[in-house]
Amino acid sequence: MENKETKSRREFIAAGLLASVAVGCSTKKDPFTAGVDEGVTASGEKVKLLSVDGEIIEVDKAFLKPVPVVPPVSIDASRIGIEGKKFVMVIDLARCKNLRKCQEACNHVHHVHSDQNWMKIYPLQESEHTAPYWQPTNCMHCDEPPCVKVCPVDATFKRQDGIVLIDNERCIGCRFCMAACPYSSRVFNWQESDYKEVAGTEQPYSPETSVPQKRGTVGKCDFCPDRYREGKLPYCVEACPNGVFLYGDMNEDSVTNGAETFRLSELLRDKAGYRLMEDLGTKPSVYYLPPVSRSFKFEDGMDDESKADKDISSHK
Amino acid sequence: MEKLKISPENITKDLLPQAFGKRGMIWTASLLVLCGIGLFAYIRQLTYGLEVTAMRDYVSWGIYISNFVFFVAISLVGSLITAVFRLADVHWSTPLTRIAEIIAVSAIVFASIIIIVDMGRPERFWYLMVYGRVQSPIMWDVIVIATYFVISLLLLYLPLLPDLKILLKAKGEGVNKFQKMYRFMGSFWKGLALQEKINNKAVTILCITIIPVAFSIHTVTSWLFATTYRPGWDSTNFGAYFISGAFLVGAGGVVVAMYVFRKAYKLEKYITEMHFDKMGKIVVLLALLYLYFNINEYLVPAFKMKKPEEAHLNQLFAGEFAPLFWFAICVGMLIPIAIMLFKKGRKPIPMFIAGVMVVVGAWFKRYLIVTPTLLHPFLPMYNVPQSYHHYFPSWEEWAIAIGSLAGALLVITFFARVFPIIPIHETITEQHENAE
Repeated sequence: MENKETKSRREFIAAGLLASVAVGCSTKKDPFTAGVDEGVTASGEKVKLLSVDGEIIEVDKAFLKPVPVVPPVSIDASRIGIEGKKFVMVIDLARCKNLRKCQEACNHVHHVHSDQNWMKIYPLQESEHTAPYWQPTNCMHCDEPPCVKVCPVDATFKRQDGIVLIDNERCIGCRFCMAACPYSSRVFNWQESDYKEVAGTEQPYSPETSVPQKRGTVGKCDFCPDRYREGKLPYCVEACPNGVFLYGDMNEDSVTNGAETFRLSELLRDKAGYRLMEDLGTKPSVYYLPPVSRSFKFEDGMDDESKADKDISSHK
Repeated sequence: MEKLKISPENITKDLLPQAFGKRGMIWTASLLVLCGIGLFAYIRQLTYGLEVTAMRDYVSWGIYISNFVFFVAISLVGSLITAVFRLADVHWSTPLTRIAEIIAVSAIVFASIIIIVDMGRPERFWYLMVYGRVQSPIMWDVIVIATYFVISLLLLYLPLLPDLKILLKAKGEGVNKFQKMYRFMGSFWKGLALQEKINNKAVTILCITIIPVAFSIHTVTSWLFATTYRPGWDSTNFGAYFISGAFLVGAGGVVVAMYVFRKAYKLEKYITEMHFDKMGKIVVLLALLYLYFNINEYLVPAFKMKKPEEAHLNQLFAGEFAPLFWFAICVGMLIPIAIMLFKKGRKPIPMFIAGVMVVVGAWFKRYLIVTPTLLHPFLPMYNVPQSYHHYFPSWEEWAIAIGSLAGALLVITFFARVFPIIPIHETITEQHENAE
């Protein structure tokens, strides 16, 4: 367990570094990119530090930088969004094996009630004679969001970076947005979250982190802009061992799963990307790559299906 | 037109509010108990959150919302009987105007209450005022319902002024206790010609205004559903469908109230068989109209059977909701039509039965409009506990819904206790005009 944790933490850092480099190309304002390519020369003066693996290492003093402090984003700031960004996600159905690691990670960090999921992995089959496949589905962060249109108090809103968020300090719990969303991606906090907060880790509420959850308000996938501010990828992207999720910025035309980076336009063109329910005109920010030349058989995902004690037949 | 040959003194005596008899006491006490249970359930809901309901992420709107739609629907009758008939110069409906108007007012009050009950964060209700977005259909509903409430209240109050003068002069067990209130409400009314003129003009203006507002409240309520993509709601037919249904249930409600008041207050001379006959014809017309919109609403999509609609329609026609669906169609429309088409069916007792059927059918019809659709989302219901796949209201929901219905009846009951349920002054005037 401990081992796993360190490993995943290392992955986090690797992914963060990748993202920092990617970001560094476009703007130097981001706090976590400062100094990466400033051409600092070694001073010759060394300091001893303890690495994450518990080893003592020596580093030149000139390369030391204070850990960037990312202040919690205020509610007002999280209504505006990150300038110059247009966040997108690409979900490669050819790689999904229904491992549900994305779901686990997402539920955990967002304190989602154990009955509910922000990320759902549907077993779908278009018609009788076509192949079934697993479809991870989160909030589509639509450019024409039906949920935002109907909200009476501006509790759910569209930001300049394309992300649709909920301010649970504003939400009145009318649930009109849930009726309006055709992707069923919204959940309601019918009760207090059953997430057990570790003492000392309480954080102030921000719509960007979505925690702490509040009873009587609506919740959904927030596209993890807080992670982006830290130079990291969303939890689902990082948690997936098969690289199903690719996250990025449409303005930069690149998406990454931490290990591979693609040019978004080429990826969508070469692999015939599409969006869900295009005919409704919601213009999602989440693209799908069709389940062709798959890494796994559909049936491979069934092992995890039995664990989750949900019946597939019920909706067919 | 039947002519009443009763002296003004006798009319006043007949129509003055009366103290509750034994039956009135039992009736009021039962309503109070139901309200109390509803209140207790609501306190539980406030304490534990909406978890106490059977609603979950898929069925996120349950009987609170269908009850809300029912209340808004039944309140439309105020505008029909008072405004439409007045403008059309229909005089026989005079004894029914106040009944219709108090139904409208109490229903709209409880529509607002039940919508607050449905909110996850009721203490943030005032956010609608400070952060309100006019782009949201909910805001439209808030605006038109508030407007409708004010106009209905005025339409209840202004015609009451001449009666208040009569009440102030009257003596009796029924009115003595309320003299202070009558004085507060209407001591300025001297019955001067100018006052009469202004009052009549005001009522006419209100009658004209209330018609578009009434159409708006129920059209906008239908848009709460029709502005979404969901099969069963995504319909351009919805506004007209809702309005026709609303007039039907309202007229049914008035028929029931007519019968009850007539029996309870011995008003046979004022609410006559002629009134039942005419109301019967109106209810038949409205039921046929509603049936027409139902055919449009269900059979046109059923002809095409688009995939998202298919599961929904199958559930209604032959599936889980079929018994309720056919109950609502038969009891809410077909059987009342069959009863009231015939002259014998338009007598008070069969009319009362048909009226109750219309109202009960209408309540369940609203449930069928709200809930089954939510059980057929575009993406399958999945990755949720079994309890999320079904909806049957919890006892708290039933208690609150029934409590709200009892509350609406209680308002009507108290109103009839304090004020004459049939306008005294207008009845006297009309009789006078008839005699000439």
